[in-house]
Amino acid sequence: MQTFWRLGLAVIVALSLAACGPKEEAPPAKKTGSATEAPGVTVKIAHAGPLTGSIAHLGKDNENGVRLALDQANANPIMIGGKLVTFELLSEDDQADPKVGTTVAQKLVDEKVAAVIGHLNSGVSIPASNIYHKAGIPMISGSATNPTLTERGLTTVFRTVGRDDQQGPALAMYLAHNVKATTVALIDDKTAYGEGVANEVEKALKGTPVTLVGRERTSDRETDFKAILTKLKARRPDVIFHGGMDATAGPMIRQARELGITATFALGDGGCTNETARLAGTAAEGLICSQAGLPSEAAGKAFLDDFTARYGDVKQYAPYVYDGTLAVIEAMKRADSVDPAIFGPAMASVRFTGATGTVEFDAKGDRKNADITIFTMKHGRLVPIALVQNGLVSAFKR
Amino acid sequence: MDLFLQQIVNGLTLGCVYAVVALGYTMVYGIIQLINFAHGDVVMIGAMVSYSVITALAGLGLPPVLLVGISALIAMPACMAVGYTMERVAYRPLRHAPRLAPLITAIGLSIILQHVALLIWSRNNIPFPQIIEAQPLYLGSGPHSATITTVQIAIILTSLVMMVGLWLLVHQTRLGIAMRATSQNPQVAGLMGINVNHVVAFAFVIGAALGAIAGVMIGVYYGVAHYQMGFLLGLKAFSAAVLGGIGNLGGAMLGGLLMGLIEALGAGYIGDLTNVCVLDRWLPGFSDLCANQPHASLFGSNYKDVYAFLVLILVLVFKPSGLLGERVGDRA
Repeated sequence: MQTFWRLGLAVIVALSLAACGPKEEAPPAKKTGSATEAPGVTVKIAHAGPLTGSIAHLGKDNENGVRLALDQANANPIMIGGKLVTFELLSEDDQADPKVGTTVAQKLVDEKVAAVIGHLNSGVSIPASNIYHKAGIPMISGSATNPTLTERGLTTVFRTVGRDDQQGPALAMYLAHNVKATTVALIDDKTAYGEGVANEVEKALKGTPVTLVGRERTSDRETDFKAILTKLKARRPDVIFHGGMDATAGPMIRQARELGITATFALGDGGCTNETARLAGTAAEGLICSQAGLPSEAAGKAFLDDFTARYGDVKQYAPYVYDGTLAVIEAMKRADSVDPAIFGPAMASVRFTGATGTVEFDAKGDRKNADITIFTMKHGRLVPIALVQNGLVSAFKR
Repeated sequence: MDLFLQQIVNGLTLGCVYAVVALGYTMVYGIIQLINFAHGDVVMIGAMVSYSVITALAGLGLPPVLLVGISALIAMPACMAVGYTMERVAYRPLRHAPRLAPLITAIGLSIILQHVALLIWSRNNIPFPQIIEAQPLYLGSGPHSATITTVQIAIILTSLVMMVGLWLLVHQTRLGIAMRATSQNPQVAGLMGINVNHVVAFAFVIGAALGAIAGVMIGVYYGVAHYQMGFLLGLKAFSAAVLGGIGNLGGAMLGGLLMGLIEALGAGYIGDLTNVCVLDRWLPGFSDLCANQPHASLFGSNYKDVYAFLVLILVLVFKPSGLLGERVGDRA
């Protein structure tokens, strides 16, 4: 009984210490920042995304996008709040896993970062955004397309990429009117992104003459798609839409051709990368995919040149992530502060021309007037072929 | 019918791979009653080594089949070395320890192998160069009939050759007699002048060589390799070995083939069988959902990994000795 009491006492002491800890430590930390009157101040900007695992190439691409924007800002230091600002990049690996994502989010909050650029996946971004919102830290994703992310009234959440409920209808319209498909089958990977975008495509197809001939599910870590493809083969779809990332799309398309399936493959933005062609080989030729925004070769020549000179080819979302980082810096300039509580609200009124066109956010934090670009695969490279703006398809012109 | 035939072809190919991997489990178990849980990771090492060889030699312009052959010939000794080292360093010192000790060692070895592979080949999905263009051959008339690709034929033939070779090795050679004698009673086999350590090491090495070939086949078939690919594959192949009767070579082959077929047919048909519109006939209440989404089903093919373990549980409950197992409870 005595040991029990001692233990209880120890716990109470520990808890009260833990509760007092941050309160006592926080003020001195702030004091050293302002009292030293240093000519410069260092601001931590975080990037979070999968840096390991099957879509690590996309996470690295995003990290490079943030790094480029911060390096450019550091090359010509700007004055904010009367001080020269140096930006520091803090990059964390969320392994494309919602559980790891929330741990990473808490870590970044504890590190007192000014803003978070990320996460890459919708399924990771949605739970992580709650943690950032509680801490009052703005989060800007350049790749999470699931509508739910910005539909929960979180004022600190933004995205520079379009939404699946814009992408889905655009793809559905293109498939129905331009590809002239009469039968479409859907496959999704059961993630928030994959299932979400497939649902949007399915919903949008209902308004067209296209018949839906099947809906199959797989997982985002699967490599064997023969069973579901065989099943869909019997239904003879003109088009198979896959809601998933390039890591599953590549092997899937390759296996489909081996089964003698001649259907055109259509993918959302997650599979709209050159990596799909690398994994699928020649089987990827002629696939149709969409990206939620303007292709960077159209909107940001300067960005593209700088990026490719330093990191090689853009994989996918680097331009959006780059614009997200610029939006943060722009908001800091407008508010003349690097404190998230002060520059955060200014994010909503940001307006500038970035690597993906004019960046402006609506009341929910979504990108205003996000255009959808339709691509096709030619000789292992993605080529933009059409733009969908306000429900109208137009051919892509350079 | 085409659909069914196609699932059978898919299942047969997958089953051949499972059978070859299951042989590795069952050989070791047959001789020292150890479940070598690191065997799946040996398969992964085989796939990774063959990937490295293929990419290194891709520039030489060799014919693709020769290239895959060379990569397999290099992957085999690499895996054999891994298998021998495992036995010598991790299992032999524990030969007479309680049975749980080597089992836990096996799990530890599996983790070590995965992380060594992570350090060498990175965490990323590794795309196998598409050197063999998989040509579909139509098994019926018309472009919608079932197909079998050249790669699938090669996998099935290679597996059959290896199974027959192993069968001959065990039943026709002096070494095979020594292996069978050791599996019946190691002490007495030792008294008869058989070097038991050699026989056990040999079982590991042969199992690892089969695993290497299986790794090459999987890499070429699916086109991707990953440092964690061996884990699930190993568990499924182990379930296949248990299904056939662990410790029995013929059982592992049969179990592997059955497991491949069960998985392919299960993944192919579960969606149709649990379709909401079909269910509505017997279990009313799905009619709204059915009118909205006629293709929705309760269980989709994303449940395909479940079958192997469902089979494992059923076998352990109803026939623990497996389909062809002769030994009874005390050893399984």
